Amino acid sequence: MADTSQTQTAGPQWLGRAVLYALLVVFAVYYLMPLFVMITTSLKTLDDIRAGNLVALPEEISFAAWVKAWGTACTGVECNGLKGNFLNSVSFVVPAVIISTLVGAFNGYVLTMWRFRGSDVLFTLLLLGCFIPFQVILLPMAQTLGYLGIANSIPGLIFVHVVYGLAFTTLFFRNFYVTVPSDLTKAARIDGAGFFTIFWRIILPLSPAIIVVSVIWQFTQIWNDFLFGVVFSSGERQPITVALNNLVNTSTGIKEYNVDMSAAIIAGLPTLFVYVVAGKYFLRGLTAGAVKG
Amino acid sequence: MTTATSASGLDRPRKRFADYLETALPKIVLGPTLLIALFFIYGFIIWTGWLSFTDSRLLPRYELAGFVQYVTLFENERWWTALRNLGIFGGLFILVCLVVGLLLAILLDQRIRAEGILRAVYLYPMALSFIVTGTAWRWILNPGLGLQNLIRQMGFESFTFDWIVTPGMSIYTVVIAGAWQSTGFVMALFLAGLRGVDDAIIKAAQVDGASPTRIYTSIIIPSLRPVFFSALIILSHIAIKSFDLVMALTGGGPGFSSDLPATFMYTFAFNRNQIGLGAASAIIMLMTVVAIIVPLMYSETRRGHLGR
Repeated sequence: MADTSQTQTAGPQWLGRAVLYALLVVFAVYYLMPLFVMITTSLKTLDDIRAGNLVALPEEISFAAWVKAWGTACTGVECNGLKGNFLNSVSFVVPAVIISTLVGAFNGYVLTMWRFRGSDVLFTLLLLGCFIPFQVILLPMAQTLGYLGIANSIPGLIFVHVVYGLAFTTLFFRNFYVTVPSDLTKAARIDGAGFFTIFWRIILPLSPAIIVVSVIWQFTQIWNDFLFGVVFSSGERQPITVALNNLVNTSTGIKEYNVDMSAAIIAGLPTLFVYVVAGKYFLRGLTAGAVKG
Repeated sequence: MTTATSASGLDRPRKRFADYLETALPKIVLGPTLLIALFFIYGFIIWTGWLSFTDSRLLPRYELAGFVQYVTLFENERWWTALRNLGIFGGLFILVCLVVGLLLAILLDQRIRAEGILRAVYLYPMALSFIVTGTAWRWILNPGLGLQNLIRQMGFESFTFDWIVTPGMSIYTVVIAGAWQSTGFVMALFLAGLRGVDDAIIKAAQVDGASPTRIYTSIIIPSLRPVFFSALIILSHIAIKSFDLVMALTGGGPGFSSDLPATFMYTFAFNRNQIGLGAASAIIMLMTVVAIIVPLMYSETRRGHLGR
């Protein structure tokens, strides 16, 4: 595939390569620019922001905006910064990720190793669930959460994220377990191993990679979610994305762009961190999610 | 049941119970998911559909009232703005992502030295929330201290770039930010596709003296057809349900000039206590997804069955 470059005859070889690299670097700068602007702006003072320009480096580095975004910035009526919302997000993202991954693993296991009549139909139905615009379930879900007594609560958010994450996690595990040779489980069954024994002893030890993919995918999705957060929670129970949006839109006098940017970085850090340490798995999740197409 | 008994007479029924359990367990395990899937996806769609035929306002009511909400919806100027914006945003967003994504993938596929790093750089926005992306671009695009100010300081005094506060233009800033976030993903898809192209065919074409451009346009890009389809499906799906990005970048403004159906639905269902109208707009969104994605999937799976 990459061999085509060897036969490039138009112009001297090095010129083509130089143009190629230049283009790639220009694109890289373009993609990095917003991150650079966010970081530098967050480290500036307001005077510095007004005096300088978008890409200027800070005159002196100040962490005041970070402190304010974390602890005292206003996100609506209250002015406690993002720290509470950050912890909110952690407190529903972690259980939701664990539960949806576990159930997804179980589903994938059943759908590949213990197929029964109708299991393929069920899988197709689940798969189509990946495609619905969530607007179409918001109103009934708001009602249902009320009936269940978990409206505007952390358990409510966990519930919603697990329910609508299952389609993806099931897909991940099912597509992975399809590649596991069925002789393996057949042999175990002849030896008398049951449903759960096979799962714990044979299937689960094969699964670390796909578990990582599922966990990263779910973590990114749920941490970054805004729609469910803004609809199903309010006030101090809001997740960080909603609080960030409120913080930016709260107009109390002067617009503090440095605080906005610090807050945005705080909200983005966990998923960025995961991306940096486990980018390979992140990409696998993205492309596995694409297989649904 | 006493498990200690090893009398042979007891063995058979116990085995049958175990057999029964073994065939039933998969269903028992999958059962909850089945119920969840059917009820929370399909049941809720029907529920929303029902609501869209009522005159529910602050509270849901379940007496049917016919098509009133749909009539009101399509008489609403704001809804038409949202639909028009979806057309503009969806069309441009998909086009830019496909073109730039493919270009980046082809550029990266030329035995680039720092490929890993560059790929990571192009893809990192995908890890961010649309809210973070929107907040960042809102700052960059603000006319007062952002990009416009920067270019003016560079000496172009009359440079103007105030789309974000200009009705009719603000939707294009959503395209800019959306494409920034999603092109890396499309690039990754195409790159995976490029790596899967059969070397032998390309070698043969090279032997026949085909130019690199020719090889790309007549062999490689056509063979990426399935990738185009998946990218198209995913991108149109992202476009139709776009909500967070608009909320963070423009808030649907100025006025409601950059509203999308998703923000329209949210505003009417949850801020303006027009549950029936919100439900109707959600149903139209679902129908749009179905209308776009089903033919795409159908044509692609049909092709697959006919054998490529």
